[in-house]
Amino acid sequence: MSDEIVWQVINQSFCSHRIKTPSGQHFCRDPYNVTGLCTRQSCPLANSKYATVRSDKGRIYLYMKTPERAHTPAKLWERIKLSKNYSKALQQIDEHLLHWSKFFQHKCKQRFTKLTQVAITERRMALREDERHYVGIAPKVKRREENRERKALASAKIEKAIEKELLDRLKSGAYGDKPLNVDEKIWKKVMGKLEEENEDEELEDEELEEESDEGEVEYVADDADADYVSVEDLQKWLADSDAEQSSDEESESESESESDNDGEPSKKRKKTKTPKSKRPRVEIEFEEERDVQQPEQEIAH
Amino acid sequence: MNQGNDINISNKMKRQELFAEIKDQKNKERHTMRRQRAKEERENPELKQKRLKENVTKTIDNMRVYDETIAKAGEEAEAEDDDNDLDLMKFFNTNHRNHPPKILLTTNVNAKKAAYEFANVLIEILPNVQFVKRKFGIKLKEIAEMCNKRNFTDMVIINEDKKKVTGLTFMHLPEGPTFYFKISSYVEVKKIVGHGKPTSHIPELVLNNFQTKLGKTVGQLFQSIFPQNPDFEGRQVITLHNQRDYIFFRRHRYMFRDEEKVGLQELGPQFTMKLKRLQRGLREETEWEHTSDMDKDKKKFYL
Repeated sequence: MSDEIVWQVINQSFCSHRIKTPSGQHFCRDPYNVTGLCTRQSCPLANSKYATVRSDKGRIYLYMKTPERAHTPAKLWERIKLSKNYSKALQQIDEHLLHWSKFFQHKCKQRFTKLTQVAITERRMALREDERHYVGIAPKVKRREENRERKALASAKIEKAIEKELLDRLKSGAYGDKPLNVDEKIWKKVMGKLEEENEDEELEDEELEEESDEGEVEYVADDADADYVSVEDLQKWLADSDAEQSSDEESESESESESDNDGEPSKKRKKTKTPKSKRPRVEIEFEEERDVQQPEQEIAH
Repeated sequence: MNQGNDINISNKMKRQELFAEIKDQKNKERHTMRRQRAKEERENPELKQKRLKENVTKTIDNMRVYDETIAKAGEEAEAEDDDNDLDLMKFFNTNHRNHPPKILLTTNVNAKKAAYEFANVLIEILPNVQFVKRKFGIKLKEIAEMCNKRNFTDMVIINEDKKKVTGLTFMHLPEGPTFYFKISSYVEVKKIVGHGKPTSHIPELVLNNFQTKLGKTVGQLFQSIFPQNPDFEGRQVITLHNQRDYIFFRRHRYMFRDEEKVGLQELGPQFTMKLKRLQRGLREETEWEHTSDMDKDKKKFYL
């Protein structure tokens, strides 16, 4: 096939090596192309006499083909190993392309120069430690990650999460007995809640006991006799109330103040309060009950 | 909308009037329904609780693909901890009393302005940190060796590309592991509206949502870097919140308004990290690497 026909096919119909750019420039991806451009002059397919420079396994070779060997594709290209010495290699190219066109002489030298530069850079980069592990990111992936990040941020509700975590820390007592980061009033409130939570369980137990009392039959004195209290009972009652006086006074004067952090007085107060409100008229009976209850609780403590 | 299609009135004005009427009616119905429901729920709050319990929004987070390394509760959690001790966790120093963190901060070779500015920000955040300008020709391994001799516990490298900070490498010394995080959406302090000025108090650390084995390893890294003896006086808190594998960094000052409310003031900066690679040793064997096929399933998370 003549060169002219080959070029007509390539130029006017299709060539798999050709790349068209939007700007109208045509490039060639054939590895034997000496310039990389898609032109009649530099097309390795449409020229039966062609010369180029390629590198193979780190060495640079001069490749030449002539129409005489066109019928044996396996031996189509004649290649000459170029010297490692740059100026010697240029001389070699000159010698071998002595009667060739100026175009090939010039372009082969140009390509050889470029390839030697590339080889130098490659060698230098191989010596250098790879600072980073580079991974290519497609624009699509980048955009996707951005979007997912935005959505994750929206669903994170970071400030809420932080507030929750901080409150958890405050309430679990992670900041110690006298935290420096909380206002005293607020801390007292929190402390109060902490204590209440502890007491709640105990109170529940007591309430259960009281409920069981409800069904029982009780024998109470006449209304007329209620004013009259026997001296012995009165003495008993006074003796007990003396012990509780301090706590009772507090509860009357300042119900909120819990300056003494001991759990004991507050517990006592609650015990005395709850039954009183339920059965105000049977103090004496209740005192007797207490006497029975007390030892039990001491064991419990 | 279907109703609208049924109405065939050629006069546009009339049609619009009618549409407006229908819409108004619907709105009224909805509002009365809501008012009634609110009233019922006010009378017995159990109803509201029941409604809220039944009416849980489906989010990507609660539809997460099952991960066997997420500890559930109680005994399982303890078992998990044992496993972790066998793995990478053992390299981290948890004993802060005897070995407080000492960090070397540096950049990549040939860094530009952005990297140094980011370094300035990190110096304020990280404790006991020393910045060293990177010199050409000294390899990372050599730097690590020098750091070992001077008892540094961690090395942080800022990676900058095209005048933008793109990554952070955390190297734990002396023998790994190495974490590489992608950095994105960095917001400098100045750009944050109503930001406060940080004080020199050591902040508290909040690590949220690090659940899997890998996540816990990452959490351990941050725990080992930030000191564990915060000054509560300063009321500052650094948060690393993990949501869908994105780790959001925030710094706040807080105030307990009362026992249920907390006021937060942002101190800045903000940035987001994403774990890309976890290597054993100083950049040796790759333990875990984020690959593009991990993105396929939206509901699969690794941290």
